Formats: sequence, structure tokens, C-alpha cells
Amino acid sequence: MSIGIVSAAYIAAAVLFILSLGGLSGQESAKRAVWYGIAGMALAVAATVFSPDVANVWVIALMVVIGSALGWIVATRVQMTEMPQLVAALHSFVGLAAVLIGYNADLELTRVLALDEGAKTQLIGFAAKLAEKDAVEQAILHVEVFLGVFIGAVTFTGSIIAFGKLAGKVDGKASKLPGGHFLNAAAAIGSLVLLVMYFNGAGIWSLGLMTLLAFFIGYHLIMGIGGADMPVVVSMLNSYSGWAAAAIGFTLGNDLLIVTGALVGSSGAILSYIMCKAMNRSFISVILGGFGTTTGPAMEVVGEQIAIDAEGVAAALNDADSIIIIPGYGMAVAQAQQSVSELTRKLRAAGKTVRFAIHPVAGRLPGHMNVLLAEAKVPYDIVMEMDEINADFPTTDVAIVIGSNDIVNPAAQEDPNSPIAGMPVLECWKAKQVFVSKRGQGTGYSGIENPLFYKENTRMFYGDAKKSLDALLPLID
Amino acid sequence: MKIGALKEVFAGENRVAMTPDSAAQLVKLGHTCAIEAGAGAKAGYSDALYAAAGVEVHKTATALMAACDVIVKVRGPEKAEAEALKAGQTLISFFWPAQNPELLEIAKSRGATVVAMDMVPRISRAQKMDALSSMANIAGYRAVIEAGSNFGRFFTGQVTAAGKVPPAKVLIVGAGVAGLAAIGTAVSLGAIVYAFDVRPEVAEQIESMGASFVYLEFDASELPDGAATGGYAAPSTPAFQAKQLAKFRELAPEVDIVITTALIPGRPAPKLWTKEMVAAMKPGSVVVDLAAERGGNCDLTVMDEKIISDNGVTIVGYTDFPSRMAAQASTLYSNNIRHMLTDLTPKKDGVIVHNMEDDVIRGATVAYAGAITFPPPPPKIAAIAVSKPKEKVKELTPEERRAAESAAFRAQTRSQVGLLVAAGGLLALVGAFAPAEFMQHFIVFVLACFIGFSVIWNVSHSLHTPLMAVTNAISGIVILGALLQIGSGNWLVVVLAAISVLIATINIVGGFLVTRRMLAMFQKS
Repeated sequence: MSIGIVSAAYIAAAVLFILSLGGLSGQESAKRAVWYGIAGMALAVAATVFSPDVANVWVIALMVVIGSALGWIVATRVQMTEMPQLVAALHSFVGLAAVLIGYNADLELTRVLALDEGAKTQLIGFAAKLAEKDAVEQAILHVEVFLGVFIGAVTFTGSIIAFGKLAGKVDGKASKLPGGHFLNAAAAIGSLVLLVMYFNGAGIWSLGLMTLLAFFIGYHLIMGIGGADMPVVVSMLNSYSGWAAAAIGFTLGNDLLIVTGALVGSSGAILSYIMCKAMNRSFISVILGGFGTTTGPAMEVVGEQIAIDAEGVAAALNDADSIIIIPGYGMAVAQAQQSVSELTRKLRAAGKTVRFAIHPVAGRLPGHMNVLLAEAKVPYDIVMEMDEINADFPTTDVAIVIGSNDIVNPAAQEDPNSPIAGMPVLECWKAKQVFVSKRGQGTGYSGIENPLFYKENTRMFYGDAKKSLDALLPLID
Repeated sequence: MKIGALKEVFAGENRVAMTPDSAAQLVKLGHTCAIEAGAGAKAGYSDALYAAAGVEVHKTATALMAACDVIVKVRGPEKAEAEALKAGQTLISFFWPAQNPELLEIAKSRGATVVAMDMVPRISRAQKMDALSSMANIAGYRAVIEAGSNFGRFFTGQVTAAGKVPPAKVLIVGAGVAGLAAIGTAVSLGAIVYAFDVRPEVAEQIESMGASFVYLEFDASELPDGAATGGYAAPSTPAFQAKQLAKFRELAPEVDIVITTALIPGRPAPKLWTKEMVAAMKPGSVVVDLAAERGGNCDLTVMDEKIISDNGVTIVGYTDFPSRMAAQASTLYSNNIRHMLTDLTPKKDGVIVHNMEDDVIRGATVAYAGAITFPPPPPKIAAIAVSKPKEKVKELTPEERRAAESAAFRAQTRSQVGLLVAAGGLLALVGAFAPAEFMQHFIVFVLACFIGFSVIWNVSHSLHTPLMAVTNAISGIVILGALLQIGSGNWLVVVLAAISVLIATINIVGGFLVTRRMLAMFQKS
């Protein structure tokens, strides 16, 4: 295959990737969009493999077969509640690949420069490109390699920690080493110094040392963030994995890598932005961990939490005409989505209007709740976004909060001193009656008292979400 | 402890303080229950029903009083009843301690404890025992029913084959518990309901019940603060009253039914519906005065009677609305009593602990251990948060709005141009030093970022997880880098590249498959 045809294939692949992302604007077109992505990827890989620049095809074939098998196993076995950790794990692969490819570029450059002129003309692929570079271009290449490895390394350890936290293998709470962000800053400055040294020809050891520092930054940065901030972390790592790919693209002079990396990078950046906005917090404050400082004493919460049993909830549901369900991370933890779906089915069969209200940061991954509900066969046209449904609460008979806390906290609107003041929340307390399914009387991730639980129209339905709902189901007629 | 319910001796009182259901709940608290023979008869509960629920039936009041530790009642005690109380005995009933100082003296001298259901503080925790509210709710409902039975037309408008019927117009004055209940009832019967209250903050509640709030043109600073009086209305200024009466005069010829519920604690009922307003009403109209016991809101009201004015307006002045619905009223009142006893029996072991540190119990107790404990100290928790002055959103004139819009547009243009200039300068700086090949790739990079931003903004929120999975898969494109390097002559490079190919493949295949799996699950209903 000639270079021209390979380039044409790359252009087609880039267009297909853009179409693939654009197709995700609607549920139906998304089903087609994923095939665009697959086709684009197949085209890009096939064109590269059969281009004159590639050797060792048998090694490639072996690796692709093994990799495909592993990927297939992972994709078919994963539970939908485990999506956050799967996404994090896949990010770490991209990070690691970026690091390895960066190292290869350095090794190749050293090898190629040592060759004599005759041997240089025999080179193919990447090495041939390296051989043509002059001194300035080599210097630029050094910077590109360095950046690619740095971003890749941060993504790698960061994603591994995020995976551990989401899978419950690492304590989910935010924890930092003594020194906190000064350690990160010191490591970053150290990396910058190493960049200058590497740029001036200090050799591969400076790259190696920087990799260790970057590994540390990734580890320590993500260790310091926890709980409900995880959606931001995961989308941030998604963005980094894209920028790492783009940096590798610069190193290799490959436009398809640059385009794809930029697409993925900007996608992750936008997701992070949406998540931060949904929590009314700046990106920096999320990354630095912890909630904002309060400006005064929090408003005193008046009243008591009144418990209710399954019979009481069932009676109210049987009387209600319109119901809104607000799921949160607690639903995912209790694996209650099937019970929620069954409840929805029964209520809808009884002629009631049932809808779901999804806060942008509900769960541990952007769109996490939507996927869980879809898995449980809840039709997506009754699953609403916050802005679509917030105005409907005053005309709703019953709102059921399942395992969410901060995203339904009225203090965000009522108490200017609250740490979450100004965060957009689902105004479920405006419904005639609110039931909160919750394990116990504790506060949420943020540790903020939730006045919703003390409102006159709120009843607490204590217990594990799945068990509570299963107790409720036979009582609905 | 043994809890006994007396038969009401007040003429025309049909309610009873204990029902078979509430007795069953009291037994769960570890108490035993007793009742005077015939106490529940007028509310529809025969002695046999009580006996079946395990309640002892005593022939006479004297026997019951002798046998029980706690006496429950609806109406406040008659003098004779108060004098029959024993030392250490507890009486739970309506008591109106401010109006009945001599009864309070008797209770004190007898050494009895009196818990007045009308003194339960108005805080959220005590709502379940707020008998005034539960009775007011019934009164509001019954007021509409009484009005309907005296009103010769439909509430709801109808278009029938025989002709068109206009809907009745109902005005409800005072949107307390009774007023809101009356609004709900009248609205559900199909009437057009207007409601008025001196507390503008209840407008939202009124509108949520389906009535329209009658607004007066008034400055907010002239209004009394409802929160300072525990949510009850405070007396209003003369200027305010004048405006209010003028509004009512305007409404009188239009409305068919007027239900007045205006009461100010500790004062005679304000006169709101004057003689001339009644005269202005259409014949056949009805006025129901729920404030008749305190002199009535209407000039013509006669307590406990129904009269018809000269121009044919029926004026109902009954004071026993809850008693007219004795079964419902007894159920709710006995539940209020039961909740009070639940608080008095914290360990559910049948032992009453009269905890005078508790805001609710302290507030309701008017006589305790040979001393008068009325009035109570103010509760520790304020009933309703003091309302903050609302900031007025200034109405902008069209010119001002246009000016603000164009200013915002100019600011936006400035910031965009600024950003473009800064970014352009930065690019020029890079271009000055970087080689030409790098710049070519850089063009591609910047354009791809722009495409990425504009495409991703359109992605539906619900598909964010599939978006992450698919971007994950396509970021496996780094495989191309590894493929180009794998042909190297250096064995280390080959090994590292092979590992990269492997993990990038996992990423690509895993990412795409899981996305497809997820998307297949999104089903339309």
C-alpha cells in the first residue's frame, strides 16, 4: 500500500471518529455511531499494518489476537455497576502505552543517530523519519517525547488509583501525604528541571527519573480526591489520556494520532467542566480536594427525621398520580436498579406517571445512572435531566430519593453559608411528599447536614435500598 | 398505667378522646385502657367495640376516675370533674388555661397534673399532637359542607342540555389550617375559590391549593411579621384594615359563599364581614362564620345558630363543626392524644415520665405537682424561621434592558477578541521558533480541538458514560505509534512496542464492545 493510500485511509478514519462522537447526541443515532468508530479504527490499523513502514507483522498479529481476546472477555464480563472502574482501568492502559512509545522514540533516536549514512537509507517507518531530522527538529522531538511520557505516566498511576478507589480496593476517602500539594508542586518543578536537562542532551536517565516523579504525581493527586468528586477525576483522566495520545502523535509526526488525541482530550475536558459546573465548584478546587470553606455558621436544622415503613410508602405510592425517582450512588452500591425498574413497571402499569430525575454528578461516572437504569430496562424517555424536570416537582405527588444526598440538599439554595451554597440541586422537597431511602442517619460524602431529611413532607425509609424496595414491591397494586 | 376516657358531659358534644384503634396503640406502649360506658356511642363506637379491643368499660365516671392514673377528655373539664381529680392523677384534654384560671386553681389544689392539648407548641416535632390543627382541618371541611347544604346551587359549573350553570364563587377569609382545608374542599367540589389572609407569605400555600390569593396594594414594611407570633396572625394597623374592608366590599356582590376563619390568639374575633357587605350579597348566598365562638367575623352572626338575613343570606354561626363529624374528629383527636402519650412514655414500658425539660411536654403542661406551670417559658426552638426581607427584582424598562444587553454583548466581544489576540500572539511565538513540520501538525491539532469541542457539546447527558467508553476505545489509536516502531532493529524497542500493541488492543476491543453493550440497553418505552 502506498503512502498516499495510507494517508487517505487516515483521513477517512479521522472523519469516522468525528462522526462517531457526533452521533452520541441521541440514543438511536448512537447505536450507529459506535460502528463508525469501529470502522474508523479498523481502517486506521489495517492501513498502518499493510503500509510499507511496518515489519514484524507476525508479532503484531499475535499481540492483536491476544489483546482482542482479553478485551472481549473484559467487555462481556463487566457488570454495569462496575463501569466506572473499567473506564479508569482502560485509561491506565492508554497512559502506559504512551509512556512505552515515548521511551521507544528516545531509544530509536539514539540508535538511528549512531548509524552510518548507508544504513540510514535502509531504514523504514518511524526510524526513517527520525533519520531525516535536523538538530532543531531533534530538540523539538525531545520536548514532545518528554511531554508524552509525562502525561502518560500521570494518567497511568492516576487511573490505577482511581480504579482502586472505584473498585473499593483502595480507601475511597481523600488522603494525602504530609506536605500535601507542595509535594506535587515539588515533583512538577523537578520534572521541569529534568526537561531542561533532557533538552540539553542529558540522556535517557533524566527521562526515567521524570517518569518516576510523574508516577508519583498521578498517584498522590488522585489519592487526595475521593467520593463524589470521582466523576470529575474520571473525566479528567479521560482528557489526559487524549492529550497523551496527541503528544505521541507529535512525536511520531502522525496526524491521525494528533486528531484523535485532540478529540478525546477535548471530550474529557468538556465532561470535567460539566461535572464541576454541576457541583458549582471550580476545577482547581476539585483537584486540590476538599470542599470550599464556609463563611459563617451553617443554618440550624430544625425538626426531626421521621421514619416510615414499607406499608406507609406503598400507601402513598398507590394514592399518587405522578412520581419522580431520584437515584444516586447508593442505588448502584446496593445493586437496586432491577428493583427500581420493577417498581417503575408496576407503577406505570397502574397508570401513574413515573419519571427519573438525574443530577449530572449522580454516581461515580458522568451518566452513570442512565446506564444503570438502561441496563435494568427503564425506558430512556422517562429519564430526565435536572433542567428538564426541576420545574415539575411542585406538581408531583411523590418524590423518591434512592441513595442520593448532596444533590438533593436544599441547603444549597437556602443557606448562603453552606459549603455547597449555589450548587444546582434537584428541588425534590417541593413535591407533596418525599421518601428518602437511605441506609442510616449519617451525612453524605461532603459531611454536610441535609435539611431535606427534616422537612415536614419528608419521611425516611431506612434500610438497604434493594431490600427496602423488594419489601415495597408486593405492596404496590 | 391505666388510661381512662370520660364521657363528654357538655351538651351536644359527640366526640370521644379514645377510639378502639387508639386504645390498641396505647396497649402497645404498655398501658391499659378504660372507658366510661357510652362514651363513644355518639361517635359511632359502641361499648362492645371497646370491650373487643380489650378496653375495660366502667359504668360511671366516678368509678373510672377512681381506677385510672391518666384521664383523657375532649372538652375542658367541668368544675365538678376538675374537683374529682386525685393527687398525682394526669388529665389530658383541651383546657384553655388563660380563659379558665379558676379550673387551673382547682387542679393545682387537687395536686393533679394537667396537660392542655390546646397549649402544644407549634413546632414541627409536635405536629402529630397538634389537636387544634386537626380539629381546625375538620372545621374547614365541614364549613364547606354546611355552606353547600344551605346553598341552592351547584359548586361546579356545568353545561347541561337544560342550560348552563355558572360555578359558585367562594371567598375564604383567613388561610390558617381551617381556611386551607376549606379551600381544598371547595376547590375539589369545583367552585372558583378566592382566599385572603393578612399574612402575605401564605399566598404561596393558598395558590398551591388551587385558590387565587386576593392581593391588597400595600407596602411590605407596614405588615406585621407573621413569624414573630408563631405563625398566627397579629392584629393589623387601621390603615391596613380599611383597605381590607374596601376590598371585601368590592367582592361582596360577586361571591356566593363566604367562609370566615379569622382569629387572633387571645382577642375577640375581628369584624371583617360587615352588615352592609351581607346586604350587598345576592339572595341565597351563604356566610359560614368559623369564628362564632369568639363573637364572629360577621356582624350578624349569632353563636350556635343559623339565621337568614333580610335579603335572604344564610349566616351559619355553629361552633361545633368538629363535633358534627364526631367519628372523624374522634379518630384524629384520639391519635393526637395517643402521640402525646407516646412522648410521655419514652421507654414504651407503660411508665409515664413527665419530662419537664422537653419543650413540647413543658409547653403543654399547665399544672404539675401542685403548682401552676402556665404560661410556659418560650420554647427553645423558634416555630418558624424568621422570614428574611425579600430582595425586589427591579423591573427593567425596555431601554434599560436593551442597554444591558448591548453592554453584555460588548463585554463578550471584548473578551473574545482579547482571547483571540492572546492566542494568536502565543501561536506567533511558537511559529517563530518551531520548525515548519511541527507547525503543520500544530494546525491539525488546533483544528481538531475545535471540532472536538463543538461536537462534544451536543452529546446528550444520558450518554456520557458511553461517550467515555468510546473515547477510551478510540484513544487506543496510540496503537499506530507502536505499530510504526515495532519494525525497529533494537530488540528492546520491539518488546516495548509489542507490549504497547497488546494493551492498546485490549483498550480498543474492550472499549468498543462495552460501548455497544451499553447502547443496546437504551430502550424507548
